[in-house]
Amino acid sequence: MTMKKINSALPGPNDIYREVLPNGITVLTRSNFNSPSAVVSGYFDAGSLFDPDEKLGLADFVTSALMRGTKKHSFDEIYNILESSGASLGFSTGVHKSGFHGRSLAEDLPLLLGLLAETLTQPIFPKVEIEKLRSQLLTSLAISAEDTAEMASETFDKILYRDHPYSRPEEGTPETVKRITRDDLMRFHRECYGPRGMVIVVVGAVDAEEAVRQVKRALGGWQVRGQKEPPALPAVKPLQKTVTMHHRMRGKSQSDIVIGTNGPRRKDADFTAASLGNNILGQFGMMGRIGDVVREKEGLAYYAYSSLYAGIGPGSWEVSAGVNPANVTKATRLIVDELKRFVQEGVTEDELADSKANFIGRLPLSLESNGGVAGALLNIERYDLGLDYYQRYADLVNEVTCEQVLSVARKFIDPARLAIAVAGP
Amino acid sequence: MKKSLTVTTLSNGLKVFLKEIHTAPIISSWIWYRVGSRDEVQGRTGISHWVEHMQFKGTPQFPASMLDKAISREGGTWNAMTYLDWTAYYETMPADKIDLALRLEADRMVKSQFDEKEVASERTVIISEREGNENEPLFQLGEAVQQAAFRIHPYHHEVIGDMADLHSITRDDLYNHYRAFYIPNNAVMAVAGDFETKPMLARIRELFEPIPAGPLPVRVARPEGEQRGEIRLSVEGAGSTTYLQVCYHFPAASHPDFFPLIVLDSLLAGPSNFNMFSGGISNKTSRLYRALVDREYAVSVYGGAQATVDPFLYSIVLTVHPKRKAEETLAALDAEIERVRREKVTKAEIARAIKQAKALFAYGSESITNQACWMGYSEMFADYGWFENYLNRLAAVTAKDVQRVANEYFKPQNRVVGMYVPVEKGKA
Repeated sequence: MTMKKINSALPGPNDIYREVLPNGITVLTRSNFNSPSAVVSGYFDAGSLFDPDEKLGLADFVTSALMRGTKKHSFDEIYNILESSGASLGFSTGVHKSGFHGRSLAEDLPLLLGLLAETLTQPIFPKVEIEKLRSQLLTSLAISAEDTAEMASETFDKILYRDHPYSRPEEGTPETVKRITRDDLMRFHRECYGPRGMVIVVVGAVDAEEAVRQVKRALGGWQVRGQKEPPALPAVKPLQKTVTMHHRMRGKSQSDIVIGTNGPRRKDADFTAASLGNNILGQFGMMGRIGDVVREKEGLAYYAYSSLYAGIGPGSWEVSAGVNPANVTKATRLIVDELKRFVQEGVTEDELADSKANFIGRLPLSLESNGGVAGALLNIERYDLGLDYYQRYADLVNEVTCEQVLSVARKFIDPARLAIAVAGP
Repeated sequence: MKKSLTVTTLSNGLKVFLKEIHTAPIISSWIWYRVGSRDEVQGRTGISHWVEHMQFKGTPQFPASMLDKAISREGGTWNAMTYLDWTAYYETMPADKIDLALRLEADRMVKSQFDEKEVASERTVIISEREGNENEPLFQLGEAVQQAAFRIHPYHHEVIGDMADLHSITRDDLYNHYRAFYIPNNAVMAVAGDFETKPMLARIRELFEPIPAGPLPVRVARPEGEQRGEIRLSVEGAGSTTYLQVCYHFPAASHPDFFPLIVLDSLLAGPSNFNMFSGGISNKTSRLYRALVDREYAVSVYGGAQATVDPFLYSIVLTVHPKRKAEETLAALDAEIERVRREKVTKAEIARAIKQAKALFAYGSESITNQACWMGYSEMFADYGWFENYLNRLAAVTAKDVQRVANEYFKPQNRVVGMYVPVEKGKA
């Protein structure tokens, strides 16, 4: 296999088709006739940033309710159309954007796009359905409240982001979810939903131009006057010292720990260096250096790894582990020691070369399925990476030096100013 | 699109499946061993899963410190899983790097070291894995239900094993288990992706044929007798949510009744998805969703079958609605079960189940890893023909078949009902 052949298998300007519709929707498509299926995926500017403090969870409630009934179809009718075809469609909420993801046999793509358009533009939020949904959302919050990993992560966000909107749970709290009314849902939909800022990708066994035609037919006519602009994002104030919080939970045999700090934005120039550094710190092989110490050498945890969450705004750099409650102190010390070593010594040439090879080699694997390619196209659009990003990817990775990794590690990680969250007994 | 399948057995008994798929520069290589939690007796529960962990701890040629790095360095992804009937290892690699995976698997079929120190540190890792599972109410409930359903058959314990055994299993126990089951004549190899069959087969012969066959291990044969009467149990634990798990004894995957039951599953609870690398679809128009979730007896419903060598369980899991008592939810479930036993399902419902299965197959075929997986996976509980004929066998199912199996399997005497009872904070 030559590099040339691999490159031609990666999505690029030669096989990604991109068009901006007159109403502002950006469409990207890529054909794949290897399997008779298709994926539709996308996002729009109606994330939880719009949530008022007293009604946290509003954006999430709206996306959850979109499929509960439209002007044309009831909840049961919508799902009957989908499930009778073996198709699926769902919405989700993030802080900045909300999104959708669906798939079907290629022959059913018009049906899938039709339902997407209908649920996005004509939801009616039926009273009875809204109350059923509310019970489900409240139960889901109650289940999360019993989940040590969820609680550690939520506690971590509270420490790291304090009064910043990123500290707020997207699903809201039982109190705020109970407060949300049907009028709130309708108002949110009326004011925040619209074609401006929306991106749709279609990947699968359909001709690229035909896919765009189908998207146009479904959503090309959507117009919304006065679609709200997303609120501006305040700056994040870095921690001045290490802050530890323990969320006590009864009846649990394992505690979850999250330790970390701020990280780069996805668009920042040092993102790739940070990403390679993170791979060395807590992913490569069996979870990198963190896994090596906490799992392999000490046998303290089944999972212990690091993650870099880089999006539109300031990201986070986190180490997570699940350990016996008696080992929380020891595991925490080992992780903090690794972070110290990471910012003092940086990474070696060999480690960096390994992670580079890993990043470049695994790329085709991540683009194997239609869903994988759809994710890549959304990434390209959301972060302005350029249609040739995945073809340039190997060069971008190879350019990174040990000095750059060390410098980005020092820029973000200060072992004396960490957020440490523990959830468990 | 060329998809040629080659099946052959090496002189040492290793069965090999090769499938050329030239859609992406990727190859996925799998090796399956006929060993799982059903091959464990009391005192050794969890040993198959622990052996799987030890397979990542190194051989003289690939010491632990380089093993995990070697695959990652080449951009591969790899993992392993242990289940009731089998243990599987796979690597999906850039096509030009697959040789590393083949060498590694040939080497660790016989030469893993099971160093005492590594055994000790892995013991606490696995105990930690179990403690993480125990944090989940549904793990606690599932474990109790499974134990109640199987008194004789070794399907009675969880794959992870009982905590007592995780403390007492020794290095030699592990090594002996490994040597008994990890032999070529007890394994199936499956490779799919961007290669030419002839040189690939030659390379596999070169690496694997020198490994000698061994005496075929005898599997624990303790068939479960017929259950005589419904079993009910409860588990108490932290939280505020009540769950119900209702399990019916269910036939082996190779049994002819499996297919009408799969149609029944599809219309009761939405289609079971047997793909390991591709998600399923929603079940909001299934009979149970409409009757239980839509009418607010439950907040969610899941139902699913497993493909196993011996009869296992069909499992329905319900999150009880906060405004209901578990008994009310169970009564609503029973009314629906009674309906499929009393009334024939419609042809349209059967056609719908088949279309759903067809779509899930199409999604699964997007991934080379998933396609490679199926060749060995189906061999572990039936044969590859089971997979290839799956849609045809579903298409042959009639409404009469569905009603017959509903009556035969979905009867109260054939089930275990488990309830997770949350003990509110402060009272625990």
